[in-house]
Amino acid sequence: MEERLLEIKDLHVEYVTDEARVFAVNGLDLTVNRGETVGLVGETGAGKTTTALSVMRLLPDLVGRITRGSIILDGIDITRATEADMRLIRGEAVSMIFQDPMTSLNPVMTIGEQIAEVLHLHEKYDTKEEVEHRVDEILRLVGLPPERKGEYPHQFSGGMKQRVVIAIALACEPKLLLADEPTTALDVTIQAQVLQMVRELKEKLNTAMLLITHDLGVVAQTCDRVGIMYAGEIVELGTAEQIFQKDERHHPYTVGLFGSIPDLTRKTRRLSPIEGLMPDPTDLPPGCRFHTRCPHRMPVCEVESPRPSYNGGHLIRCHIWDDRRCSQ
Amino acid sequence: MLRYVVKRLLLMIPVIVGISFILFVIMDLTPGDPARSLLGEYARQEDVDALREEWGLNDPFAVRYGRYLASAIRGDFGKSYRTNIPVVQEIISRYPATMKVATLAILFAMAIGIPVGIISAVKQYSLVDFGSMATALLFTSVPPFWLGLMLILIFSLMLRLLPSVGTDSWKSFIMPAAALAAAQMATMTRMTRSTMLEVIRQDYIRTAKAKGASQRYVVLKHALRNALLPVVTVVGIGFGNLLGGSLIIENVFGISGLGTLMVNAVKSKDSPMLIASVMFAALVGGLVNLAVDVLYTYIDPRVRSQYVKG
Repeated sequence: MEERLLEIKDLHVEYVTDEARVFAVNGLDLTVNRGETVGLVGETGAGKTTTALSVMRLLPDLVGRITRGSIILDGIDITRATEADMRLIRGEAVSMIFQDPMTSLNPVMTIGEQIAEVLHLHEKYDTKEEVEHRVDEILRLVGLPPERKGEYPHQFSGGMKQRVVIAIALACEPKLLLADEPTTALDVTIQAQVLQMVRELKEKLNTAMLLITHDLGVVAQTCDRVGIMYAGEIVELGTAEQIFQKDERHHPYTVGLFGSIPDLTRKTRRLSPIEGLMPDPTDLPPGCRFHTRCPHRMPVCEVESPRPSYNGGHLIRCHIWDDRRCSQ
Repeated sequence: MLRYVVKRLLLMIPVIVGISFILFVIMDLTPGDPARSLLGEYARQEDVDALREEWGLNDPFAVRYGRYLASAIRGDFGKSYRTNIPVVQEIISRYPATMKVATLAILFAMAIGIPVGIISAVKQYSLVDFGSMATALLFTSVPPFWLGLMLILIFSLMLRLLPSVGTDSWKSFIMPAAALAAAQMATMTRMTRSTMLEVIRQDYIRTAKAKGASQRYVVLKHALRNALLPVVTVVGIGFGNLLGGSLIIENVFGISGLGTLMVNAVKSKDSPMLIASVMFAALVGGLVNLAVDVLYTYIDPRVRSQYVKG
């Protein structure tokens, strides 16, 4: 069995509307190994969710499309698979935890029905009793009392709904779980519970996970490797240690991202955000996408797109750390 | 739930009484004398006066209305001035025709309007969508009597398939129902389409797709039930209106239903007839509305939990 579960190569995704062409993902490379947790961090609009939706091939109809690149999941190229193949893959090999638990469940179906549905769709069990048994089991697994499976989503709190969403995602024991900001909509104590639960379940089922978040704390707790995303590209990728190590080389954006977290040990009057805004995805700057906000901007940054440089598996896409320049 | 239904039924009583009062006032204020109109222009004044006395028309308004209410509570809604038949009996004999046409019309409208609306939403901006929206616009714009006449022209005169007048067989109801259904169908198509469009963009639809469900399954199993509330409302309102009888369609197709009965009552100032038939139409409308509200609770558990609490 190959070690690599998911391999995204040179992925380009665009949203085309009447008004504009939005370049959401621009040449993204990412691999996720079996059982591994990879974090994808970036600001809102960096293309994180788009990346996950591309793997599910659930980009909005008519508007979103993959224009270039390949997504190989367990040997199958998602970008070329037929819709019928995708139906078999979704929910079975790869499943997704969506951002907002409040709106991700169908309000007119009981939660038990919604969990059982994914089992029915993938014909996991022959009899109704077996399905019901599995539903009870999975509810217990996510920490919900199985007696409540006959209730409707509006009868649950946000944290419990997210557990249901997770239960649906895990019901068929997928090889890959795409978790799109699974804790953003929850309050902090529930966040910790949900994260703990996801970690435990992952261990138990040996599921690989792509964790999308903008919360660096969550990443530190959960991820083996981390990719920092900016304007549809991965600007830095490494193990969690490499990314969180202060004295390592970093992409200026990563530095800015960490710098914007207030340090509790020092007295500061102001937060230090990254100056400027994420570039307009309909009109991306030439050269390095970050050069408009970069404190270390050089003339070359405005014209030439930086090549990735590797340092023991630690990827940085920045002219400053480009080997040719470093050696000079 | 039962408590709610009983409460709603009780609330209908003041509505019906209010309707009777308003109609009583209107009939009182409008010119014309039912006795004169029954006996004719050349009848002697003594005869007219005698009839007015017999009907109690010379008493003050309050006395007449009080007397009417008192007998209505006992189930006696009076006799028609024109035919001297108890109005209830008259309504009961006329109503089946109206009900058949209305039921058939709403079934036609639902059977076509809802599926077309769904297809239009799922295939938004396609040729099918464009075509069905154009047809819906046409059907809302065309007056039903014209549509009725065209149907007669085609199916009775040219093709000789369906009878043009009467209520002799089930065939007689097809064309009037179709003529009435057109506008309802158009409303339902548009309503179904717009709510479906809203629903299929919801997050839970994406969740369903992420489970590996097919488009068809997602639309029928997840989207439709969520889109149903506004559609049921439209069906309910439409059905309530149709059950009140349609004068024009009844005229075009020579059906003697509730609509015709009401208009004849107005013409001859036949107050007992008119008041009873309007109250009856209001009662039916109210019941349909109640049925719609009860139906909501079966469609949406969130509505259900509200009623359980209240």
